[in-house]
Amino acid sequence: MEIGLAHYLTVSAILLTLGIFGIFLNRKNVIVILMSVELMLLAVNINLVAFSAYLGNLVGQVFALFILTVAAGEAAIGLAILVVYFRNRGTIAVEDIHHMKG
Amino acid sequence: MMYVLIVFLPLIAALIAGLFGRSIGDRGSQLVTSGAVVIAAILSWVSLYQIAFLQTTEMVPLLTWIDSGDFDVSWALRIDSLTAVMLVVVNTVSAVVHVYSIGYMAHDPDKPRFMSYLSLFTFAMLMLVTSDNFVQLYFGWEGVGLASYLLIGFWFKKPTANAAAIKAFVVNRVGDFGFALGIMGIYLVFNSVSFDEVFAAAPDQVGQSFEFLGYQVDILTTLCLLLFIGAMGKSAQIGLHTWLPDAMEGPTPVSALIHAATMVTAGVFMVARCSPLFEYSPDALMFVTVIGASTAFFAATVGLVQNDIKRVIAYSTCSQLGYMFFAIGVGAYPVAIFHLFTHAFFKALLFLGAGSVIHAVSDEQDMRNMGGLWKHIKITYAMMWIGSLALAGVPWFAGYYSKDAIIESAFASGTNVGLYAFWMGIAAAVLTAFYSWRLIFMTFHGAPRASKEVMSHIHESSNVMLIPLYVLAAGAVFAGFAFYGPMIGDGHEEFWGSAILLIPENHIMHDFHDVPGWVIAAPLIATALGILTAFNMYIRRTDIPVQLAKTHSALYQFLLNKWYFDELYDFIFVRPSKAIGRFLWTFGDGKVIDGLGPNGIAGRVLVLARRASQLQSGYMYHYAFAMLLGVAAFVSYFFFAGGH
Repeated sequence: MEIGLAHYLTVSAILLTLGIFGIFLNRKNVIVILMSVELMLLAVNINLVAFSAYLGNLVGQVFALFILTVAAGEAAIGLAILVVYFRNRGTIAVEDIHHMKG
Repeated sequence: MMYVLIVFLPLIAALIAGLFGRSIGDRGSQLVTSGAVVIAAILSWVSLYQIAFLQTTEMVPLLTWIDSGDFDVSWALRIDSLTAVMLVVVNTVSAVVHVYSIGYMAHDPDKPRFMSYLSLFTFAMLMLVTSDNFVQLYFGWEGVGLASYLLIGFWFKKPTANAAAIKAFVVNRVGDFGFALGIMGIYLVFNSVSFDEVFAAAPDQVGQSFEFLGYQVDILTTLCLLLFIGAMGKSAQIGLHTWLPDAMEGPTPVSALIHAATMVTAGVFMVARCSPLFEYSPDALMFVTVIGASTAFFAATVGLVQNDIKRVIAYSTCSQLGYMFFAIGVGAYPVAIFHLFTHAFFKALLFLGAGSVIHAVSDEQDMRNMGGLWKHIKITYAMMWIGSLALAGVPWFAGYYSKDAIIESAFASGTNVGLYAFWMGIAAAVLTAFYSWRLIFMTFHGAPRASKEVMSHIHESSNVMLIPLYVLAAGAVFAGFAFYGPMIGDGHEEFWGSAILLIPENHIMHDFHDVPGWVIAAPLIATALGILTAFNMYIRRTDIPVQLAKTHSALYQFLLNKWYFDELYDFIFVRPSKAIGRFLWTFGDGKVIDGLGPNGIAGRVLVLARRASQLQSGYMYHYAFAMLLGVAAFVSYFFFAGGH
């Protein structure tokens, strides 16, 4: 069986769905949310690269590199915030982070 | 110019003392107000001479007030003999009271305010008596009502004084409502509110009637009755009298000036002023007679058992006003005004004398705690004797001339209501003599019932309080004798001129001189009887009053509780209106208007906001979920509906 575009897209969709559910089914801690976000970005990357290969267009792969860069920055900032947050509040459990409650 | 000064000096003084009382100080405001009113009083006597004895009438136009279409009201002073007599009464008593207040209110912290109110009252009363039309009369009428309210409630820290002030104001409004309706009716019928025009047109309305609820009602009678309701309120006639005894909560000079000598006589003055209307309405006059006679008797009976020295005199005032009204009712307007004139002197004397007593016994007003005072305050004692002699109508004192003339004219009228008034008048004369001497005996004679401490402080008042008493005592002794001839004797036609109209069929002013001998003697016998009974009960056999109160306890309670008028009104009017007020407040306003209006809307907003705020859980993943749903919704939309 030749692995075609549809398979890549399916994997990507599964990853995206995992990421989404990881965000709002997760009750543990914020790092899992960050990881889920990374997962979604990777799903997008797989999409971009798959289409790039399929269409023979390099722009998609260039975009994928950009996204990796952004993802790295995002992870760095996110973890930094988390560290500061933990220092101030003593917890990063998702349950306890609801200061925006109206 | 003199008349303008008489009327406006008190106003200017009131404004100065009221607005600049702090800067000119207590002494300054006392001097300004007393000075102005004393000058006005002297000018009033001059004007009485000019107007009444030289038979002139003055009209002083001042300002246009309302000029709208047919409705033309102007400020003007109308000075005829009726006004001149009232000017003398008002300004003399007022001047005396102003001076007296300097002594009486010496320990009060608010002297400028008091003096200013007194002068303001004087101005309003002068506006009332000099008015040239009904609307101006109404202005003065309400002005004195306001001043009365302010002065009854002068000691506004006393809850009873506030309650009395409000009561006086509200009860007077009941009468004023009738008065206002009368004025509107007069404009409707005569198309004018000016005295001259209305009185000139009155004879044309005789016998005219209008239809009301299917009945034919006489126009003039209706108007007169409405005006008389106003007079009943102001002059404390039976039914609307309840405010007057309570008004004694005010300082004593106020009681003397407003609630004895001047303001309460405004009703009598007004009816006399409207004699050209009342003369053409025999039915209204009959009503006036019955009300006056009933009040004279009723108030005298209540006066018998009161223990507050001022309340006794207050009921006496009420009773004497009744005399004046039934004199008017039988058509003897000059006699009524003559009695008003003499009554002002001796009633003000009695009140100021009572004030002097109260001052002496450290502000005690209950006669049960007095007694045996005559040795300590001899001058006041003599003054109270003069006042009581004049009030009871002992010969050659002022009241003798006026009160006997009233009783004689009631008899001379020959009608049934006239006879009713005559017998009521005789009965009231007995009671008057009795309660006057009861007051004297309880206050000045017998064993002292005051505490030792009070007795040791008893002192005669200072000259600033005694000199006013001398002036009034002179009036109480000589006013009747001196003015009997010109006012109601042979000279009355020239004296009153056109001020009081007596229709040609009205011979009462001549008839009352020719009554049988026993009618002339009756009031004197009545007075003697009253005095002797009082002497017997309060000097010789002091156990009789207690015995009587025990054996006739129902009657005693009935009188002591003032015929239960207050309780009756409380039950019929006050409580239902409080209940209605409470219902409208809690249900009408609270539940309906606030419930559906502001509170309701605000409440719904609050509930919606609570619901909306529950969406803000604060959990990150809830927001993420909402975003996801949103994205999914948009994507679905563009899939299925978009793109076209």
